[in-house]
Amino acid sequence: MTERPLPLPLRPLDALGGWTLEVVESLGRFGTFLAEALVALVSPPFKLSAFLDRIHYIGYRSLLIILLTGSFTGMVLGLQVYLTLVRFGSEAYLGPAVALSLIRELGPVLSALMVTGRAGSALTAEIGIMRITEQIDALTVMALNPMRYLVAPSILAGLVTFPLMTALFNAVGIFGGYLVGVELLGLSQGTYFGEMQTFVDMKDIMTGFWKSLSFGVIVTWVCTYKGFHVGHGAEGVARATTDAVVLSSVLILVWDYFMGSVLP
Amino acid sequence: MIQVEGLTKSFGRQPVLRGLDLEVPTGSITVIIGRSGGGKSVFLKHLIGLLRPDAGRVLVDGAEITGLRGRALDDIRRRYGVVFQGGALFDSMSCADNVAFPLRERLRLPRPEISKRVEAALVAVGLEGMGAKNPAEVSGGMRKRVAIARALVTEPEIVFFDEPTTGLDPVLVNTIHHLILDLHRRYRFTAVMVSHEIPEIFEIADTVAMLHEGRIVEVGPPAAIQASQNRVVRQFIRGVPENSEGA
Repeated sequence: MTERPLPLPLRPLDALGGWTLEVVESLGRFGTFLAEALVALVSPPFKLSAFLDRIHYIGYRSLLIILLTGSFTGMVLGLQVYLTLVRFGSEAYLGPAVALSLIRELGPVLSALMVTGRAGSALTAEIGIMRITEQIDALTVMALNPMRYLVAPSILAGLVTFPLMTALFNAVGIFGGYLVGVELLGLSQGTYFGEMQTFVDMKDIMTGFWKSLSFGVIVTWVCTYKGFHVGHGAEGVARATTDAVVLSSVLILVWDYFMGSVLP
Repeated sequence: MIQVEGLTKSFGRQPVLRGLDLEVPTGSITVIIGRSGGGKSVFLKHLIGLLRPDAGRVLVDGAEITGLRGRALDDIRRRYGVVFQGGALFDSMSCADNVAFPLRERLRLPRPEISKRVEAALVAVGLEGMGAKNPAEVSGGMRKRVAIARALVTEPEIVFFDEPTTGLDPVLVNTIHHLILDLHRRYRFTAVMVSHEIPEIFEIADTVAMLHEGRIVEVGPPAAIQASQNRVVRQFIRGVPENSEGA
């Protein structure tokens, strides 16, 4: 029996319903994927070698880009904040301004965006290619759980490497601000670091830490999910990689605002 | 024995399998033939539990596997070996590591035992001394042989071959077929192979089943299939386009 076509006025409603169901379904898949990964993460056998490999893949290989972007972000901050503060005769506060901007906000966000661009995209492409070449199916039919081998180690590595990358980004950023503010523009070294010690306290550092920790989960979750659910062929991998980077970047910024309003 | 009863599967509004029935006797080589895009690989994925049917069931030695999940399904899969169409070798590992992988991760054998078995498996497929190479460094035929070695190294009871000779030249097609036949004689596994290598598969198959429009339209020993009066079977094994015969 063939279905009768819907009357014209009802068609937009039908399309909206279909779209809503699709969104709810994909959100459900997205959540189930994380739950399965977390179960694989806490249940033995643990894949230590896969975890160390992911640390190298996500962390070590992102070192150069973190060092470069961190130092230049600090230098730009040092220059612009100094030029603003000097108008009010408050250039002594350059150290805390640079440090607080980096530690609370720019360090976690920019380092997460950089690692997403470098390692997150590669993670999606790698898992996507494994999917289309049936390597993930091969794991499954060997009675081995692909979540345990591919996803759980990546999420755990994200939890470890993102805070470390953020700490490194902050350190080189503060040094970049020092180079511009102290070495180039003549602020005293004691003022730069002394005021920083006065104004930056542990809760600022913890704010940045919690942010980077959550970004580590978000990025590895999104990137592995997109790789796992890749479309067909090279075009499918390309689209999944782009989607992974865009979605991760948007979620980083949205989640950053949320964390910023909740954390002290 | 593998029994398939009324297997039905659609993707969206596109029906692929329409009540497929088949019996695969234990210890035999059963070859599924049929046109490209006719649902042979989809059927194979149902047998190995990668796809779930809309209706119908698959029984392995009398136990239904279609509703199984998690560990129960894994217990069945431990009896399987699968050779994928493209080999599905892990490209981050050497050929020897690919063969060793199920022994290390699934059977958790000690290292000396793994090395011994990997060496024996590579010798059995004619790749002695090639284990150190990466899959990207070897030819298509060698990759297929590594995939066969990986599927057989755990000595499975049932082995599935998804077009194991696609993309190979006629000499390599024969080499791989005779390798499968030789390994089957040695290990006595039940083999289910999807192929459209006509007439080569008639030399190695015990049973041939023709899949057409989502159903098995003819099944029997190679000689019976070759002598079949079924128009679809005749057209397929002679390589005649659908509308030509009888014109």
